[in-house]
Amino acid sequence: MRFPRGADPFGQRIYSLCSKSFRKEELCKMSDFISANLPYLLAGISTGGQYALIAIGYTMVYGILRLINFAHGDVFMVAGLVMVYVSAAFGPYVAIPVVIISTMVLGFAIERVAYKPLRSAPRMSVMISAIGVSYLLQNCALYFTGGLPQVYPAIPFLAKSVTIFGATTKLVTLITPVLTIVLVVVLMLLINHTKMGMAMRAVSKDFETSQLMGIKINSVISTTFVIGCFLAAIGSLLYFSNYTSVIPTSGGMPGLKAFVAAVFGGIGSIPGAVIGAFIIGICENLMKGLGLTAFSDAFTFVLLIVILVVKPTGIFGEKATDKV
Amino acid sequence: MTNTLVKKNNTGKYIAIICLALVYILAILLDNFLPATSFTLMLIPVLQKGAIYALLCVSMNLLNGFTGLFSLGQAGFMLIGGYVYAAITIPAAQHDSVYQYFDSAIRFSIPEILSNVIGKGPGTIVGVIISLIIAGLIAALFAFLIGFPVLRLKSDYLAIATLGFAEIIRAVFQWEGLGAITNGSNQLRKYVTLSGMELNFGSFTLELGTLFLFVIVTVCVALVVLLINSSYGRALKAIRDDEIAAEAMGISLFKHKMISFIISSFFAGVGGALLAMFQTTIQANAFKSAMTYEILLMVVIGGIGSISGSCIASFLYIALSEWILRFLDEGSLFGLISVPFFRDGFRKVVFSVVIMIIVLFFSKGIMGDKEISFKGIGGLLTRLKNKKKKTAPAAEAVSEEGEANE
Amino acid sequence: MSNVLHVENVTMQFGGVVAVNNLSLDIPEGKIVALIGPNGAGKTTAFNCITGVYQPTSGLVEFMGKPMVRSTPKGKMKKQYKGQNKELYSSQSVIDPNPDHITKLGIARTFQNIRLWKSMTVFENVLIAKHMRAKQNVFSAIFRANAKEEKRMREETMALLQEQGLDKFKDELATSLPYGLQRRLEIARALATNPKLLLLDEPAAGMNPQETQELAEFIKQIRDKYNLTIFLIEHHMDLVMKISDYIYVIDFGSKIAEGVPEEIQNNQRVIDAYLGVADDDE
Repeated sequence: MRFPRGADPFGQRIYSLCSKSFRKEELCKMSDFISANLPYLLAGISTGGQYALIAIGYTMVYGILRLINFAHGDVFMVAGLVMVYVSAAFGPYVAIPVVIISTMVLGFAIERVAYKPLRSAPRMSVMISAIGVSYLLQNCALYFTGGLPQVYPAIPFLAKSVTIFGATTKLVTLITPVLTIVLVVVLMLLINHTKMGMAMRAVSKDFETSQLMGIKINSVISTTFVIGCFLAAIGSLLYFSNYTSVIPTSGGMPGLKAFVAAVFGGIGSIPGAVIGAFIIGICENLMKGLGLTAFSDAFTFVLLIVILVVKPTGIFGEKATDKV
Repeated sequence: MTNTLVKKNNTGKYIAIICLALVYILAILLDNFLPATSFTLMLIPVLQKGAIYALLCVSMNLLNGFTGLFSLGQAGFMLIGGYVYAAITIPAAQHDSVYQYFDSAIRFSIPEILSNVIGKGPGTIVGVIISLIIAGLIAALFAFLIGFPVLRLKSDYLAIATLGFAEIIRAVFQWEGLGAITNGSNQLRKYVTLSGMELNFGSFTLELGTLFLFVIVTVCVALVVLLINSSYGRALKAIRDDEIAAEAMGISLFKHKMISFIISSFFAGVGGALLAMFQTTIQANAFKSAMTYEILLMVVIGGIGSISGSCIASFLYIALSEWILRFLDEGSLFGLISVPFFRDGFRKVVFSVVIMIIVLFFSKGIMGDKEISFKGIGGLLTRLKNKKKKTAPAAEAVSEEGEANE
Repeated sequence: MSNVLHVENVTMQFGGVVAVNNLSLDIPEGKIVALIGPNGAGKTTAFNCITGVYQPTSGLVEFMGKPMVRSTPKGKMKKQYKGQNKELYSSQSVIDPNPDHITKLGIARTFQNIRLWKSMTVFENVLIAKHMRAKQNVFSAIFRANAKEEKRMREETMALLQEQGLDKFKDELATSLPYGLQRRLEIARALATNPKLLLLDEPAAGMNPQETQELAEFIKQIRDKYNLTIFLIEHHMDLVMKISDYIYVIDFGSKIAEGVPEEIQNNQRVIDAYLGVADDDE
């Protein structure tokens, strides 16, 4: 990556770091740089982890149904709102399991109501249905919240402050990447070593053949949605802990970015989605660190278009050839 | 269209012309002569906004319905069109008050320049038309540049890439660095709006806002209809039906997709500019992907692949959401019974449920891929007139815009 | 005698699978040449390499003496080709192997699994194939500036449909036709592009013996009428033996035999590889 020289001190530092004459000052500067930008880097890793949890939902659904589930970001937002309302009534620790379960139920219901009837319809119809669900969820959220931002409850142990390398941050920032990686490893084990996982892989390879082989397509698809929503619920707990409030449209942007991450890593590939999400999370926060906040969202999409043009299958994607 | 042997039957044409004339007369009456009641005060903006969305839906339908390209970049092109229009029609004297924090780079106003040449009224109108065309052309130019990388992508990748482009455009237009043109993240205002469309006859002023809008929309939609019924339109439909067969029959996929993309974006740009005229202010932040989704849903309601469907659906959608279903938000049924869950936002919930029902159970929408045919109506009338004579069944649709405008 | 199509050592790989292996063939002008082989032998893939749908991994395809050289992706073929035949390459006489471009130069094809445009009528299906050669741009098309051209296209289409005996169905949806007529419509559509070389991918698939008989006559007829060269893939041996001037046999992507029908009928390798299998098959 190259930064314009002279536009900002950071760019010059990078440039001088790259030059061969490494002097002591430079090293000092580097440590300066790290401590100055560490909060952004940490935030980036943390956001990346949150995106990864959402991105897995996209990538798994796409792998199986070849559908961009536009409603996934809104499911994530609904999880945030449920947390707001339930924890207001019963406290955060009761709310967490309620959020997770209700999000899973929501995902299951969306699949059954909005996607299952369109199994044999053209892909565009299913995508439109997904957009419709997204519109519905947003409007419902608007109705219930009255359009006012809902203050997200602080989950005490996540909101604790910690200091590392002189940078102060919330504990959630540190927990996120660890939790993400643990969850991904568990998910990979599930997919590679259980019968359901095998069925999922089979369905994503060839929908019709696996149906003929007696795999219960509908239960596989439902499981995929439920897993995706479970991870999105965890993601929402972590994500919104970093922000103060939830609004009906707050699912849109993280959802899109997570999808970009999934495409970036090669859609259908879980490790790809995770790596893509971390890259996007970190880049986005470093952009903020550089003072280019206005472009941190746009940058993600630039990245998307570059990857689509250069390698449409993403980093880990498999190449598919159309049969004529 | 397909039937080359159909006898020349001009009844359809006459009916279309009569309908259009009636609509135009209604537009003039509404603006000038009808008393301003609460009814007309609601009706005028609904008709105006409906017409604008009709154009936007038609331009999206050209891509999604007729070319089979699932593009979600509409809001981006509308944004470009709206901003370009606003920037070149703000009167020169107003620049400093609009661009409060920036040094405005554009110091001229096309309608103003023309006003000086051919008089205030006609000058403004011609100037606005030119500005609209420029707005469309610049949106089309962007489409051309964006088309190179994205049009080679397959369906859903194309959707997400165009969506991404719309977001990039939105960010760029809010960027301080372009503030001299875009006014940063602040709104643009004081440009020529629909109410600026007027002609002075001595002491009498003829308001032409609604008429102007209707004429522009009719012309644009008619152009799209002409395109669709031409050889190129057939090629686009061939691409939609089967890309591989189209390519094997010598239709260059990239070239034709590009043509469709550019033309669609041109009209999206014009539509965006009209929307700016209607709203009287414009701000980049409002052009979110939700706007594209809304237009897409209108297209679906009208029927993907039907121009008349798109027109009907947009009027219906706007009328319902802005007017008829208002009561759902206002807490009472017909002002009589108060319903506790009727409060702000309930209208939209009902609306989205209805949309989901249409998407799931009536996926063909109002019109499917059929068109309202004036020729058909004409044929029907002829048949009613002389029942003895056997008339050949009239073939498919031709221009039918007037119908949808009602 | 000049060759319309010259294929030299073409190999097509999909990952580890070699679908076509070192295939070479020549198609002389005005002849009917058949490509036969068991299911999955790579016949359709060979067609796709010729029509530009696939880009061969290696090898050369020449149409009317002009080589097809791909400029994308990454100029792989171009570079390879440039190294071998520098002087040829510089002489502007190469074909960019995009399917639409190849069709424009005069190769038309039909598909194994019929690919008609579903939402359109029989008439429109043929009319669209005329679009490629229409002398009009978008603007003249929108503003109807060139009504003569449109009229000419319609008349030619009508004439073609009449010749093919499809005129009575012209306003019906293409997919509502019976199977045999759909195949015939696909051929009519291919003819509408004014080809020099017509590739037919299993034109007799799904036809009964009598229809196959008619098809044989029909193929000969169109060859003579439109001065075509015909290259076809077919499983019906009687059809192939009856109309072909020359036959190529491939199995597992490689050519195992070639010759006139009598030679092929008596070729032991062909009998082993193909005819035995075909008996179970048909």
